[in-house]
Amino acid sequence: MADTQLPVWEVFIQANPGIAHKHAGNVHAADAEMALQNARDVYSRRSEGMNIWVVPANAITASSPEDQGAFFEPSNDKPYRHPTFYKIPEGVKYL
Amino acid sequence: MEDAKQIEAFEAKIVSGVKIEPKDWMPEAYRKQLIRMMSQHAHSEIVGMLPEGNWITRAPNLRRKAILLAKVQDEAGHGLYLYSATETLGIDRTELLEQLHSGKAKYSSIFNYPTLTWADIGAIGWLVDGAAIMNQTALARGSYGPYSRAMVRICKEESFHNRQGYEIMMHLAQGTAEQKAMAQDAFNRWWWPSIMMLGPSDDKSPNSDQLMRWKVKMESNDAIRQRFIDRTVPQADFIGLTVPDKDLKFNEETGHYEHGPINWDEFFEVIKGNGPCNAKRLKDRKDADIKGRWVREAALAYAKKRAKEKEVA
Amino acid sequence: MNLQQSKFEYLLRLGDSSLIIGHRLSEWCGHGPILEEDIALINIALDFVGNATELLTYAGQVEGKGRDADDLAYMRDEREYRNLLITEQPNGDYAATIARQFLFDTYMFFLYEELKLSKDETIAAIAVKTHKEITYHLRHTTEWMYRLGDGPAESHQRLQNGINDLWMFTSEMFDMDEVDALLIKEGIAPDFNNVKAEWEKRVKEVLVEATIEIPTTTFKQRGSKEGKHSEHLGFLLAEMQYVHRAHPDAKW
Repeated sequence: MADTQLPVWEVFIQANPGIAHKHAGNVHAADAEMALQNARDVYSRRSEGMNIWVVPANAITASSPEDQGAFFEPSNDKPYRHPTFYKIPEGVKYL
Repeated sequence: MEDAKQIEAFEAKIVSGVKIEPKDWMPEAYRKQLIRMMSQHAHSEIVGMLPEGNWITRAPNLRRKAILLAKVQDEAGHGLYLYSATETLGIDRTELLEQLHSGKAKYSSIFNYPTLTWADIGAIGWLVDGAAIMNQTALARGSYGPYSRAMVRICKEESFHNRQGYEIMMHLAQGTAEQKAMAQDAFNRWWWPSIMMLGPSDDKSPNSDQLMRWKVKMESNDAIRQRFIDRTVPQADFIGLTVPDKDLKFNEETGHYEHGPINWDEFFEVIKGNGPCNAKRLKDRKDADIKGRWVREAALAYAKKRAKEKEVA
Repeated sequence: MNLQQSKFEYLLRLGDSSLIIGHRLSEWCGHGPILEEDIALINIALDFVGNATELLTYAGQVEGKGRDADDLAYMRDEREYRNLLITEQPNGDYAATIARQFLFDTYMFFLYEELKLSKDETIAAIAVKTHKEITYHLRHTTEWMYRLGDGPAESHQRLQNGINDLWMFTSEMFDMDEVDALLIKEGIAPDFNNVKAEWEKRVKEVLVEATIEIPTTTFKQRGSKEGKHSEHLGFLLAEMQYVHRAHPDAKW
């Protein structure tokens, strides 16, 4: 068996209750439990987190830079999706 | 062949301050240079654990022991962030470590000097980490996204290292006669290597122009060195240590310190592998790798076995 | 021994064990089997050193002779140290370290669970904090017991050797003397028979799952309660204490 530094797991940390998990980095680990423990030791040395997700890096599919046009530009001409598109008279509240 | 248009678009991105991300197109020279620099940086962090790790078991009190443990652990973490950032360029950690072990990849010259007394731990935190921070804060503004993000994180954690080192030196410099002597001795031994670790003078540093244009390098070695000296000399004065450079003088006109000649022969000898601890550091890393191999294999084999059992069930 | 002396003695036993095993773990720094494990081991060592500092600080206060944690850690000789013999055993290979940590962590987990209920408020408070840490340590070492034990033949054998070699040091962990008797009576410390029952049950479960045979050796080493150690401790202390002792008037 060729030597290896073990598979890569991407790490997502929730810093506080009520906010989304954020990508923190990755760790190398043989299994999910090891990845979880390693993530805790590496990415929350200064109590940065309260919940951790680990995901095998090879399970993530990313869009590529070439997709950028097809994926994201079509929404540029739909300004009506943004609240600032609409003009509301000054006196109206709670809208 | 790399398309002139692609290069143009790539450089335009860099000029406008947009970060380059792993999947973006990049010139081969850019990728290669980044792998070289980033892996060298990662190796430096983990080799750097050794001279300091030396003193964990001998730290003079429990508070210092805990601080040193936490610091060396941070170095391991920094090595990990940097390997991880390097891996985004399409090379994995196994291969990076092979390059270190075979001597193909370099690490910072500074870690080939021995830590002889407790004061060396102070000197490393104050001088070596101090010099490293100068370099790293510049690199945090670099063009490659993963490297720049790793640098931001590392800089945040590094300032504690710098301060704890200075605090050690301060206590020693204000301590008993033996402690003072210990501090000055460590300062004498670490000053020049710290100045050298920022790299050869600009006239001796090849292909700097392109690297600066691509924001792989952000500042010249000499500029960073000057800033380090300007900041560190007053810190030494403050605690009553003497900078081991008889030619050092402050230039009122430029507002900078001027230092004496640097022994670049020594620097290049250490880089070549002839420093006092090159052989020892590399051997320690290789031994750890060899002794750890069956552990990594066992963990992987066990994980596969469990995954198979799960499938069957 | 009166209550104060007994409490002092007991705190030394707890604090010294944490200090010495933390020292051993810190020797792995920079030499671990994979970078992530280096970080994990240092984390655990750091917890042990922190725990030892709290316990020895309190020991000094209980003693009332003005000694602080550093005085106790750095200025006592080998024969005055009260750490369990298992904690001073050398690291060996990674399997031997995992075996040592597992046997000791399991012990500490159940001991500190009981100490959380101590009538001594300081001990109870330290135990609450420490128990959280040790829960994590035990999880870490237990997972490695499974990986190594139930892994390939080589790692299985190495772990079996580690457990076999250390088994003779496990019995003294539950020894009780007049110090324990008095503290049990006062509701300050637990009866080690309870800790032992829990320890045996858990260790057995994990060893079975890790496919490791439970050693049948009956010969037991003991002596830590009287400061009779293995030869290893002297070297460990020589290394740990020399800077501090070489500069008796120094502040660091």
